[in-house]
Amino acid sequence: MKKYNTTVEPKSERITRLVDRMFKDMPEVESYRAVLLTESYKQTEDELAVLRRAKAFAHVLENIPVVIREEELIVGSNSTKPRGCQTYPEYSNKWLEAEFDTLATRSADPFYISEESKKALSEAHKYWDGKTVSELALSLMTPETILSIDHNIFTVGNYLYGGVGHVTVNYGEVLAIGYNGIIQKTKDAMAKCDISEKDYPEKCAFYDAVITSCEGVITYANRHAKLAREEAERCQDETRKQELLQIAKNCENVPANGATNFYEACQSFWFVQQLIQIESSGHSISPGRFDQYMYPYYEKDIKEGKITRAFAQELIDSLWVKLNDLTKCRDLGGAEGFAGYGAFQNLIVGGQTPDGVDATNDLSFMCIQASHNVFLPQPSLSMRVWNGTPDDLMVAASGLTKTGIGLPAFYNDEVIIPALMSRGLTLQDARDYNIIGCVEPQKGGKTEGWHDSAFFNMCRPLELVFSNGMDNGVLVGKQTGDMNNFKTFDEFYTAYKTQMDYQISLMINSNNAVDKAHSIRGLNPFQSCMIEDCIGRGKTVQEGGAVYNFTGPQGFGVANMADSLYTVKELVFEQNKITLEQLKKVLELNYGYGVNEEAAKNISPEDKQLCENVKKWIDELPKFGNDLDEVDLLARDVAYVFTKPVEKYKNPRGGTFQAGLYPVSANVPLGGQTGATPDGRLAFTPVADGVSPSAGKDVAGPTAAVNSVSKMDHFIASNGTLFNQKFHPTALDGQSGIENFISLIRVFFERKGSHIQFNVVDRDTLREAQEHPDKYKQLVVRVAGYSAIFVTLSKSLQEDIINRTELTF
Amino acid sequence: MRCKWCSNPESQKFETEEMVVNNQTRVVGKDMTVEEVMEIVDKDRAYYRRTKGGLTLSGGECLNQPEFSQALLMASKQSMITTAIESMAAVKYDIIEAILPYLDQFLMDIKHINSEKHKLYTGVANELILENARKVAQSNMTELSIRIPVIPGFNDHPDEIKDIACFAKDIGNVSCIHLLPYHRLGQDKYEGLGRKYPMTDILPPSSEKIKGLKAVVESNCDIECKIGG
Repeated sequence: MKKYNTTVEPKSERITRLVDRMFKDMPEVESYRAVLLTESYKQTEDELAVLRRAKAFAHVLENIPVVIREEELIVGSNSTKPRGCQTYPEYSNKWLEAEFDTLATRSADPFYISEESKKALSEAHKYWDGKTVSELALSLMTPETILSIDHNIFTVGNYLYGGVGHVTVNYGEVLAIGYNGIIQKTKDAMAKCDISEKDYPEKCAFYDAVITSCEGVITYANRHAKLAREEAERCQDETRKQELLQIAKNCENVPANGATNFYEACQSFWFVQQLIQIESSGHSISPGRFDQYMYPYYEKDIKEGKITRAFAQELIDSLWVKLNDLTKCRDLGGAEGFAGYGAFQNLIVGGQTPDGVDATNDLSFMCIQASHNVFLPQPSLSMRVWNGTPDDLMVAASGLTKTGIGLPAFYNDEVIIPALMSRGLTLQDARDYNIIGCVEPQKGGKTEGWHDSAFFNMCRPLELVFSNGMDNGVLVGKQTGDMNNFKTFDEFYTAYKTQMDYQISLMINSNNAVDKAHSIRGLNPFQSCMIEDCIGRGKTVQEGGAVYNFTGPQGFGVANMADSLYTVKELVFEQNKITLEQLKKVLELNYGYGVNEEAAKNISPEDKQLCENVKKWIDELPKFGNDLDEVDLLARDVAYVFTKPVEKYKNPRGGTFQAGLYPVSANVPLGGQTGATPDGRLAFTPVADGVSPSAGKDVAGPTAAVNSVSKMDHFIASNGTLFNQKFHPTALDGQSGIENFISLIRVFFERKGSHIQFNVVDRDTLREAQEHPDKYKQLVVRVAGYSAIFVTLSKSLQEDIINRTELTF
Repeated sequence: MRCKWCSNPESQKFETEEMVVNNQTRVVGKDMTVEEVMEIVDKDRAYYRRTKGGLTLSGGECLNQPEFSQALLMASKQSMITTAIESMAAVKYDIIEAILPYLDQFLMDIKHINSEKHKLYTGVANELILENARKVAQSNMTELSIRIPVIPGFNDHPDEIKDIACFAKDIGNVSCIHLLPYHRLGQDKYEGLGRKYPMTDILPPSSEKIKGLKAVVESNCDIECKIGG
């Protein structure tokens, strides 16, 4: 008999309606949490920070409006209206106020906010002046660090203005013993403490805080039970009445106690997932290995005939809908860097058990099906792939990829497990990893990973080499000397490394300042009670309570840097076609286009000619992404210029730094602050994302790009790497399309790539590609019995393919 | 051969040609050595292993460069990479015989059984082709597939397809028949090369039509028949 059942359960009509209702209106910012939080803080001024946090959390849960949305089976919403959000003034009370009036009209993630809410928030914000995490963090940074942030070399805005999040808690434990069980565990730990211990008072405060938080959560669930019973009483529809009574029964038992069946497990899971996001604004609260910790409940119910597969699918689909109900309102910069309202709740299927056996089960398939059924961006569905991953699961995943939803992302056990072990995880823990947020691996329930701690733009230090450390008339970098004195490429490269080392050290300073501020003002006792070994150590994750502690800043622009350095090496030092001085001039003139229209007019004909020549020579050089060693190995090397220094540093929680190579969507806004680069990239255009080749520079097909990217060292970037590929849906047509696709993933992983994801584009994009072929140079389409790069095809063929797409969709 | 429907007209001459693509003039084709080609082929070996792929020499007509083709196929086999050619086999059998030891799969075009009609549309008669097909089949040295480009007005009558199917049955050892529906994907290339597209008025056959022809093949021989290749 097969180890798993792959039967497809289609979506119920209820799910269609739930999704439709959720997207009717623009999401709204609500003021309930901020007002209640402030109310509580005003009453606890003389108490320890950790207790104040817990009391405020409980106060919010006891009083925030509870709602049961029409027809839903799983309850618990952070906002009264769909996709709304609460605010978190304890982290930063300034940006929201400043953006009140532009929130609804901005292009990235607009939110509606009522005049009433503005007033209530303004009132609450007054209390927080001088008391926020961000103010404390900034006061802890050195002036040089703040200067570099102001000059856009890197940004730490993510945790400077909000909670950290980026965690997978021990969902399995809550499902098994409930918060009553955790309260008991906490009391046991407290009882074992020695009163004479030096940190006994703080430990006790932490334990009290955990108990207060858990009690608040139980109260919150009971409020839903009560509401469900009230609504049931009023309900005319008998079916819905029974559903509401079932919801009430569920909420009376979980999450207070262990779940007794799959439905309760789903509801319990949901309260955990939702309420971590009430305690703090941190995003990327990642459900992790849902198919593993939920499976025992599913298996038992199915075996005992207590649930049908169809209803189990509807429950999972319902959770998927709920995951899209949670949004985060970020400041403008944050919204551009994390565009799409996403809460980055990463949920992963497949992979291995802690004992190294394939972990695929029925739920792995049902999770993939849920993304088909619900067809929304959350959860960020991921899949672990190892040498023993069954092809059935690969085929199911490919089917989802083919829909164009961009899910799942694929992760390579064969790289990530050893990479995590190199950072000190045990073999069993490493095998049990999941993904946080975008691409960051951690052992859930044991880690405070501080992934996503900074965006570091690797192109900016290159600009500092050309300017001897100056940026806009201010000394921001190191004085690496007049570039005209560089006699060899190595001297030039060394200067770049010097600039990088210095900026990295400043980035570390800023990360540690923010980290420290969270450990003083941003404690999260509720989240901490679900992370080992906080209860054992008697402290929050912010203070170093977790077993594993990391800080993970991410660099991006590797491809631009590889291509840029190759330009310098070839054109300046090998072929002697231009001097560094000339190259600098060309960059300043933005390859003849000027940095703005005015500047463009003032370029002399001689300079224009120089720019044209240089651009032509650059375009003729090999580029990263085409399976050419001469430039691919430079990419590998320049990635080390970021990843190697980073791993030397320590964080305040007793852990180490580990680098990532991925940009979320920040390569676009931060590229907008970067001048022209020697790879031919124009000023203010996006820089390359993650470890992918620069857009349009990989022209030798998907396998060549895969081969190039796999030449980088993905092990050292243990905070995650990101590789994007674009395909047309027809590239995955038929059995051979799927086989080729799976083989592409398998080969990339054989060659020790860590992550790969696919954009399977639609006809609108193809239209766009026709108009702007330069931007879509690597878009692969399936033609007849073969695949080809779209923009290299004739107009008539392009039309043919576009028409075909219209038939398919 | 000069098939009117050819979708790779840039490969009909031996020299590299200039072709206008997206309003830019480019040189199409490149002179390369066996070593240079093999270096590129080798890069994707890991993919061939998983997809049962390998090296395929296609059109133009690879047998018009017999030494080079043979050298490539030999090099490929030496590297344990599977080999295939797409060819119409309109060359002396000596040339074919010389490559057979290094060839895993022969994808042979048979366009029409009637020699006169063949000559009218392709510029050459078909006797040599049919004779070579028979010899290749009898040699038993390679897997032989027959490919029929289905061109409306030329060979899309059921009887014409039936004749080819019967021929395949007769020569034996044919592992598969592919029906390749006519497409107009090469049209722009003619413009790019400054030539006139000879088949402007012909529309691609409908999928019902192709399915019907597949049934014709299947009822006249017990060889597997696939649409597309």
